[in-house]
Order: sequence, then C-alpha cells, then structure tokens
Amino acid sequence: MIEAASCLQGLGRPLAIQMRTAIFQASYKYLEDMRQFAAQAAKDAGMDDAEVYVVKLAVDEACTNIIEHAYGVENEGEIECTCDAEDDRLTVILRDHGKPFDPSSVTEPDLSSGLEKRPLGGLGVYLMRQLMDEVRFESRGEAGNLLTMVKHKRGK
Amino acid sequence: MEITTQRYKHCDLIGVKGRVDSYTAPQLNEAIEAVNKAGRYKIVLDLSGLEYMSSAGFRALLVGQRNCRRYNRGEIVLAAVPKRIYEAIELTGFTPLFKIFDNVTAAVGSF
Repeated sequence: MIEAASCLQGLGRPLAIQMRTAIFQASYKYLEDMRQFAAQAAKDAGMDDAEVYVVKLAVDEACTNIIEHAYGVENEGEIECTCDAEDDRLTVILRDHGKPFDPSSVTEPDLSSGLEKRPLGGLGVYLMRQLMDEVRFESRGEAGNLLTMVKHKRGK
Repeated sequence: MEITTQRYKHCDLIGVKGRVDSYTAPQLNEAIEAVNKAGRYKIVLDLSGLEYMSSAGFRALLVGQRNCRRYNRGEIVLAAVPKRIYEAIELTGFTPLFKIFDNVTAAVGSF
C-alpha cells in the first residue's frame, strides 16, 4: 500500500489530515485494508460508529465491484482510493484502470421477489446507492473508471 | 473469519465470528454445504460474534437458504444478528427471507 497524505493548516486549529490517498492491489484479500483506510478517514472526519460502518460497507461493495466487473478477475490491476474529509461530508474517490463499467447495465434487484427468484447480482451497486448520499460513476475510456461517493455527516 | 459447527438433535449450529466479505464468504458457503452434505438442512447461524458482513455474505445466506428449503422442512434461521449487520440485511430486503431470533437458545428451540 502506498500512502500519501496532504496536511493543511487550519485557522487556529492543529494540523489536520484533510485528504489522503492509498493504492491497493485489486484483490479480495485487501478488502479489509481498503475498508480500514476509509474507516479511518470517516473517523477523522468526526463520523459516528454507524456512519463509519456505512462508509466501510460502501467502499467494500465498490471495490468488490471494480474487481468483479472492471478487472474481471483478481490481481489484474490496482485500485486508488482517495478520501477527502470536509466539515460536513466525506468524499471517497476510487480509480481503476479496468474495462469501462456501465452502472446502467446492472439491473436493480427486485427486493420484493421470493426466495427462488431473488437475484444474486446487483446488490453491491444497490447498497452503495442506499448507503451513500451521492454515487457517481464516470468511465474514462481506456484510462479506466472513476467512482465518487459522498456521505454527509449526520445533521449536516 | 472463524466458523464453528456443532450438531444438535434437531438442527446444526454454525457460529460465524469476525468479518464476512468477498474474500471470506466462500468459507461460509462451504460450511453450509458441509452440513447439507451430511444430509442435514436445518441450520441456526449464530451471528453474535460477527463484526462485519458485505453483500457477498448476504449472497451466501441466500444460496444456503435456497438449498436448505429444497428439502423437507429445511431452513436456515439467524440468531443474535448485530445491529449494523441487521440494518444492512434489511436494506437489501433479505429480512422476509429469514426467521431472525434474539438468541441462539430461541433459534435452536424453534426446530
């Protein structure tokens, strides 16, 4: 994991890490590291335990999605994760260099269907959209994909 | 993740501790399949020691429930689901597909 943090001097406040970036090998075994990286940013942004859990789950689902759909298999590339903590929100940006991912190709799961007809796929993207306040997918052609997720802090 | 399986008279108890994600979910699938292979389809999943579960874990539960229900009165029930995990299961609309008990004793007693 390569980590870089930029420190910004606040007005009269101690040095605070506002933005941090880490690069992970796109493999399921690093999902826990990815979750912890985002969780630390959420904690530093002053989020409560429930919000930290939500950020972890959304980042996990997003990274799993990148491995499954953009890269197709594990260890085909890297995932760059940038977390930007502001007073009222946390922004998580995930970059990959895999195949273009079209979120409209994922059918929304029918949550009312019975056990046998319940689809196994599509849950990841659905959960990300439910958990986070903003989810934006951008395909950059051969350069890969850019995913931006924003979580507003409670009451902000 | 740590998985333990205990056989009771009327059901099997699978304890799942730690974190279930795309990396570890295959172990949960395997544990449920191993019980099924022994010809047993009534399963209590003790989730009291679970810290985290992603949709990969929810899929493992769904697949397991399908396989168990195909057999006469087979079923997976969940016990002691931690709050955050319950909320995520609820978001995915999976709660109607599983009986959920407050504790293992009540879950085992339901069979």
